[in-house]
Amino acid sequence: MYDVEAIYEAKTVAEAIKLRQEHPKAVIIAGGSDVLIKIREGKLAGCELISIYGVDEIRGVKLEDDGTLRIGSLTSFSHITKNELIQKYINVLGEAVDKVGGPQIRAIGTIGGNTCNGVTSADSASTLMAWDAIIELTGPEGVRRVPIEKFYLGAGKVDIHEGEIQTGVLIPKTSYENCKGHYIKYGMRNAMEIATTGCSVNVRLSPDKKIVERLRIGYGVAAPVPIRAHKTEEKFNSAPVSMQTAEGISKAVLEDVNPRDSWRASKDMRLHLCSEMAKRAFIEAVRLCGGEI
Amino acid sequence: MIVGKSYARVDAYDKASGRTKYTEDLCDRHALVAKIKHSNVAHAIVKSVDISEAEKVPGVVKVLTCFDAPDCLFPTAGHPWSTEESHQDICDRNVLTKHVRYYGDDVAAVIAEDDIAANRAIKLIKVEYEVLPFVLDAQEAMKDGAPQLHEKYKNNVLAHTQIKKGNYEEAIKEPGLIKVEGWYETPTVQHCHIENAICYAWEDNGRIYVTASTQIPHITKRCIAQALGVEWGKIRLFKPYIGGGFGNKQDALYEPLCAWLTTQVGGRLVKLDCQREETFANNRVRHAIRYHIISWLRDDGTLAARKVECFSNQGAYASHGHSICAKGLGSFNQLYPCENFEGDGWTIFTNRQVAGAMRGYGMPQAVFAVEAHTEDICTKLNLDPIEYRRKTVMPVGYVDAFSKNELYSDTFNQCLDKGIKYIDFERKRKEYANQTGDVRRGIGVSLLWYNTAVWPIALETSSCRMVMNQDGSIQVQVGETEIGQGADTAYTQMAAETLGLPFEKVHVVSCQDTDVTPFGTGAYASRQTYTAGMGVRGCAEAFKQHILEVAYRYTRMQPYLMDIKDGNIVRTTDGRVLMTLGELATKTLYDREHNEHLTMEKTTQIKSNAYSFGCCFAEVEVDIPMCQVKLLNIINVHDAGILINPALAEAQVHGGMSMGIGFALSEKMLYDEKTGKLLNGNLLDYKLSTMMDHPHLEAQFVENAEPTSAYGTKGLGEPPVCPVSSAIRNAILNATGVAFNELPIRPHLMYEKFSQAGLF
Amino acid sequence: MAQYKLVTCTINGKKRSAMVDVRASLTDMLRNDYGLTSVKKGCEVGECGACAVIIDGESFNSCIYLAIWADGKNITTLEGLTHEDGTLSDIQQAFVDETAIQCGFCSPGFMIEAESFLQNGKIYTDDELRKLLSGHLCRCTGYENILRAVKKVMHSRAKTE
Repeated sequence: MYDVEAIYEAKTVAEAIKLRQEHPKAVIIAGGSDVLIKIREGKLAGCELISIYGVDEIRGVKLEDDGTLRIGSLTSFSHITKNELIQKYINVLGEAVDKVGGPQIRAIGTIGGNTCNGVTSADSASTLMAWDAIIELTGPEGVRRVPIEKFYLGAGKVDIHEGEIQTGVLIPKTSYENCKGHYIKYGMRNAMEIATTGCSVNVRLSPDKKIVERLRIGYGVAAPVPIRAHKTEEKFNSAPVSMQTAEGISKAVLEDVNPRDSWRASKDMRLHLCSEMAKRAFIEAVRLCGGEI
Repeated sequence: MIVGKSYARVDAYDKASGRTKYTEDLCDRHALVAKIKHSNVAHAIVKSVDISEAEKVPGVVKVLTCFDAPDCLFPTAGHPWSTEESHQDICDRNVLTKHVRYYGDDVAAVIAEDDIAANRAIKLIKVEYEVLPFVLDAQEAMKDGAPQLHEKYKNNVLAHTQIKKGNYEEAIKEPGLIKVEGWYETPTVQHCHIENAICYAWEDNGRIYVTASTQIPHITKRCIAQALGVEWGKIRLFKPYIGGGFGNKQDALYEPLCAWLTTQVGGRLVKLDCQREETFANNRVRHAIRYHIISWLRDDGTLAARKVECFSNQGAYASHGHSICAKGLGSFNQLYPCENFEGDGWTIFTNRQVAGAMRGYGMPQAVFAVEAHTEDICTKLNLDPIEYRRKTVMPVGYVDAFSKNELYSDTFNQCLDKGIKYIDFERKRKEYANQTGDVRRGIGVSLLWYNTAVWPIALETSSCRMVMNQDGSIQVQVGETEIGQGADTAYTQMAAETLGLPFEKVHVVSCQDTDVTPFGTGAYASRQTYTAGMGVRGCAEAFKQHILEVAYRYTRMQPYLMDIKDGNIVRTTDGRVLMTLGELATKTLYDREHNEHLTMEKTTQIKSNAYSFGCCFAEVEVDIPMCQVKLLNIINVHDAGILINPALAEAQVHGGMSMGIGFALSEKMLYDEKTGKLLNGNLLDYKLSTMMDHPHLEAQFVENAEPTSAYGTKGLGEPPVCPVSSAIRNAILNATGVAFNELPIRPHLMYEKFSQAGLF
Repeated sequence: MAQYKLVTCTINGKKRSAMVDVRASLTDMLRNDYGLTSVKKGCEVGECGACAVIIDGESFNSCIYLAIWADGKNITTLEGLTHEDGTLSDIQQAFVDETAIQCGFCSPGFMIEAESFLQNGKIYTDDELRKLLSGHLCRCTGYENILRAVKKVMHSRAKTE
C-alpha cells in the first residue's frame, strides 16, 4: 500500500488540467515507475496524486501534416521502440529507450515521465536533446511549446507551469531528415541499470558522405541536467568524415561536459568515458549514414 | 537405482503452478504489522527515545523502544549449540539496542494495524543519541585508540587464531629463494535471495508460535528462547517453503524481535516483513576479508615457506564470527601444502552491518586470494599455470591431521583435464599471448577445494523419522531443510533407494515444525546430502530391518530371507513376491493381536566429513578504453562424489557460478565513509547479474565415490561459487597483463588500474 | 480517510469486481483480494520482477502498478496458465522438466514473462531471449535452465504454429 492522501484520476487532458488547477500541490503520476518509488522511499509519502495514466489521447506516435513527429507523452518506452514511425525517422530513440531498466519497466515507463522528472540519467533525454525535441505543454491558457534544452531548469526541475501537463514530445522534420544517430549507455550491468553516463550522437553527411554537415551530441549524467556539446558541435560542423575528426570530437567534448564525483563513479572516470563514448557513437552514426571511417 | 537419476523435483509441480505457499502467503492478512526504527548513526549510545508523536498516529497499536526490551543477550549464529561454554556462540545482541553499533541498528519498533500507519509512526519516533566515533575498516579497528564496539573485546578483536607448521623463519633463509608477496581483498556482498526475510508470531496456549523463512528452524527456536529469556520448550517454530537463503537465513534474524513483539500486544498476530532495503542494510552480509600472502619459492616453483595473514571484517555483532575467517585460513595449507607455514587470522568488529554465513563460508574469499596469488607466482616465475597447479596442489593420499579427511583419487587432474578440453585452454592461451589493441581476450583457471559439513569443529547430527501409511508409502521427516537446493528430492531418492520403495511412494514432509520435526540443525555447510544422507540411510536401514521382522509374522519367512524391492516384500532365495508393503502395513495397523503402526526414528551422529574438489575456467574479452569485461565462456568442473540427482546437481552449480560471477565483476556493498551508511542497498544499485550478464554456464562433473559417505556423495551447495572469481581475475590478467588483487573487478577499478598501467 | 474505488477487470479469464483501497498496488489487490499468491513480493519497486503479471498482452511489474489502473484490463497471473484440470501449461511443464525451478520464488515472474512474448510463435536468438527475460532477477539458477526451458517452449510452439 502506498502512503497517499488521495488520488484524482483524469481520463482526458481537459480533466487533467482541471484537476491540476483544483489540486495545485498534487503530484502528477503517469506510469508511476518514478513517483511510486518516491512515495515508498518516503520522499513523497502522504502526497496527493493526479493520475493521468488513463488519458489515452496522449498515447501513441504520429506524423503531423508538416512532417513533425509527435510522440504522445504517455507513450510507453516499449511502444516507442516497436513503433514503425520511430524506427523509420528516429531509430536511435527507440534504441535508447529500449535500454531503460528491463522489459516490464519499459512497458510502464513513459517518455513524458522520463522528461518531466528532470533527471539527467534519463535514457531518452540525451537523444531528445541531440535531436532538438520540442516539449509540448497544455494548460488552462492553451498549448505552449518549449525547446527541450530550455525545458530543463535544473536537476529535478523542469518548466511546467501550474495547471499544465506535458502532452507531447515533438521532433521537427528538419531535425530528423537525412539524419542518423547512435546512443551508448554506460552502465555497470547490461540490464536493470541507470546510466553512469549516456551519449547520443547524430550526424547528417554531405551527399558524397565525405563531410559532416551537421553534428549533434547529447549527454546524460555529464552535468546536472541532460546537455548538448555545443562547442564541439560548432568546431566539427563541416569537418571531414575521418578518424581524425572522431579523435578530435573525443577530445573536444571534454570542454562541454561537466560530470561530478559521486559514489556511482568518479568525475575522472566519467570524463574518460564521455570522451570515448563520443568517439564511438560518432563513428557508428557516420556508418549508419553511409559514411566510412 | 533411484539414487543417481535425474528425477524432477518433488516440489516442482506446486512451484510451477504457483500454489506453493511461502511465509507471507500463509500469514493471515489481518495480522498486525511491525516496523523497525533503525538508527541513522553508525555508533552511539541511545540517550532517550520520544514516542509521544508516534503513538498518536491512527492505527498504531504499540510503540516499543530499546528501554523496554528484555535484558537478555542472545547469539544469532546458525551453529549447533555447545554445552561447553568456551565453544558457545557469542551472546551480544538484544532485540532492540541501547548501544548502536552500526548505521541501521535496531532502536525501536512500532506495531500497527497496517504498514502505512507503522511507517508514519516510525518517522515520528525521535531518538536522542550520544554519538560516538566509528570505524569501518578491519585493520583500522585493530589499532590502539580506535572506537571500541564491545567492552570485552580489546582492539575489537573478536578472535585471533594461528596455524604453524615447520619453521617459517628458518625456512626463508634458504639461499636463492624468490619472494612473491601480495595483498588480496574481497568485498562485502549480500545473499539477495528473492524472498526477503520474513516472520510472523503469535501466542497460543501460553507458548509463542513463530512462522519464519529460515534455514535453521531448531536453532532459531533456541535463539528466540535465549533472546526472550524463556524456556526453550515455550517456542514453536514453523518453517514453510522458503524463497532462497544462501546463508543469510542461517542466522536468527528478526524472529526473536517478532516473538517478543507479540508478547507485548497480548499475543496478537504480528508480522515482521523485511523490506528489500532492510535485507540489504540490516540482515547479514559476506565477510570482507583482506589477505596478505608471502610465498618463498625455489626456481622450479616449489614452496619453501609461506605466510598468510587474514583480516576479516565482522561488522557490529558476532553472528558466525571467526568460523568464517578460520575456515578460509585453514584451507591455504591444505590446498597447497607447504612444510613451513605460518597463518594468522583475525576477526574484527567494525561499525558495519553484521557479517554472517554466506554460501561458501569464507572459501570464496580464501580461494580468490590463494588462486590469484598462485597465478602471480606463475607469472613471476614464468611457469605454466596448469602444470604448476598439477605439481603443487594437494597430492593424492593427502590426509588432514585435524579432520582426518583424505584425498582418495586423482581428482584435481581429472577435473582440470575436463575443463581444459571443454574450453580449449592450451590453444587459446597461445592465441592470446602478446595482444595489443583496445579489445583483448584472455583465459584463466582456478582450482577449488572445499570441506563438507562441520565435524570435528562442531557437532554433526541428523535425526530422521519415517512413518508408513496403509498403502506402503512413507512420510520422511528430517530437520535439514529444503531451501531451494532440492534437498527434499535428494532425501526422497535416498529413502526410496535404501528402503526399496518406488520414488513416488516416499513423501518428504517439506515444512518443518519444531514440535514435530526430529532434531536436525538445518541447511548449511553443504552438509545436506552428506550428513542428512547418513541420517536418512541410518533410519531407513533400521526401518527396513524392522519391517522385515514384522513381515515374518505374516509370511513366516525369516527376515534374513526377505528383502524389500519396488515396494514389495520379496523372498530373496527365489525372488517370489510374498506380499506388498501396503498389505503388510494395513494388516499390521489393523491387527487385533499384534497391532503396530510402522514407524522408525533414529538419530545419527556423524564423525567424519569429506573434501569436495573442482576447478573453473573462464574466458574474457576486455574492452580497455571502456573499462568493461565480457565473460565469453565459463566452465566449472566438480567432484562431489556420486551425484544423487545429476540434473539438480547441475542446477546447483549454475547458481553458484552465477554468484561467483557477481562476486568477481559487479557485486559490492558501498558504505559512506562520512556516516557509515550503506549507499547501494537496493536491487538497482547493487549489481546482481541479470540474464544479460551471463554467458552459457557449463557445469561438468567427475564422480569419484566418497568412501565415507552413505551414498558416495558430498558437498556441492557451496563449492561452485568458490573458484569463479579467481578464474575470471586470472583471465583478465592474461588478457591485459594487469593483476587485480581486489574484487569486484568493476569498471571503477579497471579505470584506476588501466590508467596506472598506461593502457589508455 | 481511506478512499475506495470499484475495480472491475478480467483476471485469468474471469470477470471480477472488488472495492479496492486506492492506495493499493496491483500486487496488493491480486494477493489480498483474490488470493493469487503466485504474485510475489521481492522488492516492491520494480527491480526484481517477481510480481510480474500480464496486462492486455504485455508484462508489467504489478508492485508499481496502481490497482485502480486495472479497471477494464485483462490480467493473467501464473495461476491462469495452469489448465482447469490442474495440468500444467507447456511453459510450466518445461520449467519442471528443465530443472528451471529451485526455490521457486522468482519462477512465477519468469513464466509469466515467457508467456507474454511466446504468444506469437516467433523465434528469438539467445541474446534476444536474454534481453526479454532481463527484468527478472534470480539468485538460484544462474538463469541457465530458465533460458533452456523458455527456448524449448519457443521451438515447440513454433513447430506447431
